[in-house]
Amino acid sequence: MLTKFFIELGRRILSFMYFFGGLASLSGQTVYQALKPPYNNYRIFEQAKKAGYESLPIVSVVALFIGVIFALQFGYFMQQIGSEMYIASLVALAIVRELGPVITALIVAGRVGAANTAELGSMQVTEQIDALETLATNPIKYLVVPRFVALSLMLPLLTIYGNLIGVLGSYTICVAKLGITSSMYLHMTFSALRYKDLFTGLFKSWIFGMVIALVSCHEGFNVQGGAVGVGKATTRSVVFSFLMIIAADCFFTALFYFIFP
Amino acid sequence: MIKIQELSKSFNHNLVLNNLSLNVPSGQTCVIIGRSGCGKSVLLKHIVGLLSPDSGRVLVEDREVGRLKELELVALRSKISMVFQGGALFDSMNVIENVGFSLIEHTKMSFSEISARAKESLALVGLTGIGNLMPSELSGGMKKRVALARAICIKPEIILYDEPTTGVDPITGDSIDELIRSLHDKLKVTSIVVTHDMKSAYHIADKIAMMYKGKIILEGTPEQIQSTSDPVVHQFINGLSKGPITEADGSFK
Repeated sequence: MLTKFFIELGRRILSFMYFFGGLASLSGQTVYQALKPPYNNYRIFEQAKKAGYESLPIVSVVALFIGVIFALQFGYFMQQIGSEMYIASLVALAIVRELGPVITALIVAGRVGAANTAELGSMQVTEQIDALETLATNPIKYLVVPRFVALSLMLPLLTIYGNLIGVLGSYTICVAKLGITSSMYLHMTFSALRYKDLFTGLFKSWIFGMVIALVSCHEGFNVQGGAVGVGKATTRSVVFSFLMIIAADCFFTALFYFIFP
Repeated sequence: MIKIQELSKSFNHNLVLNNLSLNVPSGQTCVIIGRSGCGKSVLLKHIVGLLSPDSGRVLVEDREVGRLKELELVALRSKISMVFQGGALFDSMNVIENVGFSLIEHTKMSFSEISARAKESLALVGLTGIGNLMPSELSGGMKKRVALARAICIKPEIILYDEPTTGVDPITGDSIDELIRSLHDKLKVTSIVVTHDMKSAYHIADKIAMMYKGKIILEGTPEQIQSTSDPVVHQFINGLSKGPITEADGSFK
């Protein structure tokens, strides 16, 4: 019984190390291939459209709802202490520093990361990735680099968009329901925000974009066992992306807290 | 010339290739026969550098595939084509883009020139008017022929075929055999064909090699293979359910 436990534990530790080793190796090769000419701008644009433009509807809806929910939740308490006007500042800070980057990253990990893993995984099991190699084309340059560049560029842009929509949601509730004037809301929002708030949020988005691209492609490339394997890899891709986004968020939030107190 | 020297490869402690050696002279067609799962596809993947051997080496034109640098491997692969068992067509591209993939990626040819070359290759495999279809709209046999067209589009010196006639109707199978034969006769392409189809093997092969338990146990001309007294080869080429192969692995008892 105890032996089985240790065998299983060892197997899991090895598989964890194998995952991070593979991810580190893929990261290095991806950066190298991304910097090496020729650059395939068309494929980057194609992926940017999938990751960015096509994510706009879901990001809009979620960001709007988050803005509305936060305005109502903060409003519940702030009205009791007569400080409704600070709702604008609180919502702006919460969205720009934390919620915007994290929620957008989680949406993109679920929508784009899962699609990446399923697509590359299917290509792996049908030997399309082997075929790419035999056609003298590096699969990392052809498949991973466009996704990596597109996601690392599009996630910060989507986050800026999500931030604006989130603030708009909160603005609508505050102005329409909580009796705050439009000019007061905007004044409280912009007076609370500093450039560092926007910078730290966007920096985290940039990191999250790279994490999603690398984890989803790594899982796609390592699919084994046909359609069942593709399903398992897609689940793993979303779960690992979520975990790594939250872990990276925690790390960078702590880091920025001490760098920019 | 392709030289395979004492090649060994195992997956999860399962020895698939066991000190396998084989030479294929330039311009010849070598057919590798053997039971499903005996490692024939693994052998092809070593030749094109998709897999690295545990020991031994593969030499293509006297250059060891496993030791080539990235650019050298790209140069080698631009001379070798491989036809995969399931076709391995790219789902996101139409037939013309699939067939002309190498030319699109690695040459400065205009799309109209590439399209003309791709259509020419498709015509060679008996397909016309399907250039704008997606792979999902093709039948299994058509996919195989498109894969063949993709392989010949770059005018390679070496073509590796992984079961090119499996899953196609007998008439298409015969026309694929004819195509392999004509590439051999007219363009002196070196070919390695993995197949179970003995009729096809006798038709196209200059040399047939039988793979069994990770080794080449017998090689010779189609006539020599047909008249062999080796019981393993005899059982395989005659498709007998009883014999040393099935006795050894315990199947069909």
